Amino acid sequence: MYKYIIRRILIFIPMLLALTIIVFALAQAAPGDPFTGQILDPNIDPEVYELRREELGLNDPVPVQYFNWLTSILSGDLGQSIYYNGRSVLDLISQRFPNTMYLGVFALAITLMISIPIGIYSARKPYSALDYGATGFGFLGLAIPNFFFGLIAIYIFSINFGWFPSQGTITSNNLTGITALIDRLHHLVLPGITLGLAGTATYMRYMRSEVLDVLGSDYIRTAKAKGMTSNSVLYKHTLRNALIPIVTLMGFEFGALVSGAVITEQVFNFPGLGTLFLQSVMNQDYPVIMSMCLLFGVFILVGNLLADIFYCIVDPRIRYD
Amino acid sequence: MTNSTVLSVEGLKTYFYLDDNEIAKAVDHVDFAIEPGETLALVGESGSGKSITSLSIMNLIEKPGKIVDGAIYLNGKNIVDLSDKKMTEIRGKEVGMIFQEPMTALNPVYTVGNQIVEVLRKHKKMSSSVAKKRAIELLKLVGFPRAEETIKEHPHQLSGGMRQRVMIAIAIACEPKLLIADEPTTALDVTIQAQILDLIDEMKHKFDMGVLLITHDLGVVAEYADRVLVMYGGQIVESATKQTLFNDPKHPYTNGLLASLPSLDKQTDRLGAIKGTVPPAHRFPKGCRFSTRCPHVMEKCLHANPDLIPESDGHEVRCHLFK
Repeated sequence: MYKYIIRRILIFIPMLLALTIIVFALAQAAPGDPFTGQILDPNIDPEVYELRREELGLNDPVPVQYFNWLTSILSGDLGQSIYYNGRSVLDLISQRFPNTMYLGVFALAITLMISIPIGIYSARKPYSALDYGATGFGFLGLAIPNFFFGLIAIYIFSINFGWFPSQGTITSNNLTGITALIDRLHHLVLPGITLGLAGTATYMRYMRSEVLDVLGSDYIRTAKAKGMTSNSVLYKHTLRNALIPIVTLMGFEFGALVSGAVITEQVFNFPGLGTLFLQSVMNQDYPVIMSMCLLFGVFILVGNLLADIFYCIVDPRIRYD
Repeated sequence: MTNSTVLSVEGLKTYFYLDDNEIAKAVDHVDFAIEPGETLALVGESGSGKSITSLSIMNLIEKPGKIVDGAIYLNGKNIVDLSDKKMTEIRGKEVGMIFQEPMTALNPVYTVGNQIVEVLRKHKKMSSSVAKKRAIELLKLVGFPRAEETIKEHPHQLSGGMRQRVMIAIAIACEPKLLIADEPTTALDVTIQAQILDLIDEMKHKFDMGVLLITHDLGVVAEYADRVLVMYGGQIVESATKQTLFNDPKHPYTNGLLASLPSLDKQTDRLGAIKGTVPPAHRFPKGCRFSTRCPHVMEKCLHANPDLIPESDGHEVRCHLFK
């Protein structure tokens, strides 16, 4: 097991290297540079722009540029944002990162708290009214686009009822302690539900079919024949088996925690990584784009590793050695 | 029925209520009894109602099925109307059960020890350390020499025969008076079959249990049963001691089953076969349920289903040929 984890982490190195090449190549292939698309000040000599390009190393041969970039990110220097007047990329990302993390974790918590109990209930009482309701909700949740649901939610709960704020992460910086936490959570409710909607629907369907599947299996009949009570049958014998595929799904979700919120953050004007990413793309701010692509990649790799490790814990049949 | 009778099933009817208001009479008025130390074999083809009979005894019939009539006396107590909660105190304690498919009958995510300890803790109220010791003893009893290690293993680390031994250990953990073995060796290869059946027989003597052995293998019946019930279409068509059944089979269905056995004494090109298949339980013919496949079918058979009538002492047959 430990050997396996170490091996997996070692495999990260070539994968990350490959990722840097892809990210760099994509950035190179994109048309233009940070100076195109802006209205060039006629009072500035085009020579100055050329000089600036030379300074930034944009005129170097491509492999040299790649090598320079790689060595600097390895030493922890992600470069400076061009759009944000030379602010450090690390700074920009670390400022936005916690917000996105809160949103992602909150959305995942809502997803799991709703989908797993409903999925189990649906499986225990298939074709009941609640099961049909959940199925209907599931299809609706998957069918409604995120941004549309977000807008409707804002319209109803923010504008009409005024229950939840429609944008931002906090009301004011002056709040402290528990009030600050509550304020933060209050701001997370609508974007969290919006972001978690599709996931809730997916997990619910998965959970329902898994539990149904397990309940019909031979070892559940054995458990019943042993005189286990229905609670023991469900919580001890069924659930752990039904959760095995859910764990895999959650591994993928981990990567989406940081990268998946682009649209939702935009709708709720939420200052997270998603908005930063979109802005950077619009402004052709390559140092930021490249760093974020790398970050997303790392998260997806880590998510998969975590999924494999959890997999190993919940399912004793899987042994990696 | 005597005082010591382990299991007495009287007039058991288990029906399945299908869509379109059709009723599948999977078990239709079945009576039998098992004494301590006796192995009663229940034989018949797939679809004849053997497994539904055993699951009815466990009260594990799932919707849309239902026990509609009859009584099941387990150690003298009628358990047919007990609540599900009360039944959990009987299953695994007063009656143990092993199943056909050992490869999937154990929970893959828990250790063997955990699955034995669980039943001891539930029914015997043992502490976990006492239950663990007992689990090791039980595993040794069913033939695991290094039981101390086996309890830490997961089912996937054991072979099919070994898993069936674990199932037996679970079934006898609380020393029940009745053991139901639902085709316990169908999924195992022949040498392992004999070992498992010998083990069941040994446990029967050790704990003075009654055994309900469900099988479609008449070879198994010849070796291990004391009495035999032949089941067809949800009903018992012939009931006899093993010797009587093999020496003097009456019912055409029993004859058909026996004719399909290979024999060492006779040289034959083809084994006998009973034409057709068991009709589905909601499409039984009007008269005798075997009439659609019976080589001796008569006019009467198409209209009236015969009763199970005594042919000689302890030998009953359900057929119009015998009156």
